[in-house]
Amino acid sequence: MTDSKKLMRSYLIGFVLSLGLTLIAFVLTTIQSDFQGKAYPDLPLAVALVTLAITQLIVQLLFFFHLGHEAKPRLNLASFLFMLMVVGIVAFGSLWIMYHLNYNMMPHEVETYIQQEENIELDSSNDHEHHH
Amino acid sequence: MSHAEAALRHQAEFAKTTLGFWVYLMTDCVLFACLFATYAVLRGGTAGGPTGAQLFDLNFILIETLLLLASSLTTGIALVGLAAKQTKLIWASLGLTFLLGAGFLGMELYEFGVLLAEGHGPQASAFLTAYFTLVGTHGFHIAVGLLWLLVLVYFLYKRGVTSSFEKRLTMFALFWHFLDIIWIFIFTLVYLMGALS
Repeated sequence: MTDSKKLMRSYLIGFVLSLGLTLIAFVLTTIQSDFQGKAYPDLPLAVALVTLAITQLIVQLLFFFHLGHEAKPRLNLASFLFMLMVVGIVAFGSLWIMYHLNYNMMPHEVETYIQQEENIELDSSNDHEHHH
Repeated sequence: MSHAEAALRHQAEFAKTTLGFWVYLMTDCVLFACLFATYAVLRGGTAGGPTGAQLFDLNFILIETLLLLASSLTTGIALVGLAAKQTKLIWASLGLTFLLGAGFLGMELYEFGVLLAEGHGPQASAFLTAYFTLVGTHGFHIAVGLLWLLVLVYFLYKRGVTSSFEKRLTMFALFWHFLDIIWIFIFTLVYLMGALS
């Protein structure tokens, strides 16, 4: 098979796979939202959607970008992995910090209310909201 | 300079440009990651206004997604035309890429227009600010890509397939594929998850 035919095949396969993954994601979402309305998506469905997205990412990286197929040194692959690390730190870090910030900034009245209503101890340290 | 030396020169140029452009794309990924993280933090801040579930039309987004995915394919086909030295194929696929990309952008601008007209603009809530910034930045990248495509086509018309054109077309393809990948995460995390909330 000539180079250009191989290349064409690569794009066609990548396209068909991506199309399939996209349609599955949309169908799953549509079925789900027809049946219920919740505050946050079901964990299993959320995981499924993210998995589909990551799979499509890998498909496109392989079939459109030909990542990893370059000659050594594989600098494209290396810088890609580095980017993933930075993104991981930024995204995870932001979500982690903001979640805790949100929690720690909870007004005293709301915290007391929750403790009374649900009969639980919210936080063992007493003065986290008094750091002014 | 002998023929072999010139060929090696071109190859080295090409490899350098490709790596440089790739590293730029990686920095663009970090940019989008920051916008995604911001969106994730702020998506609950609807200020008593509508949530994503109330605003998003999934059928509309599906069509947008298919347009962009198809344009990614046609961009790849342009590279096939390059490899096979079929200039007509390059013309046809670049033309299609532009139409599909412009279709996507048109739909997105329409969507934004409707939101703005209904008063759900980026100043209405933190959720909407984050949404418009994230999706708008992606849309801006698409617009610039379309402009780049026009310039590419102009030089194809003027000077034909030169080694310079090959290099630039390949970089454009990288850019366009990258935008489709960012869109995968936008439609999954913003639209699909949003519609489920």
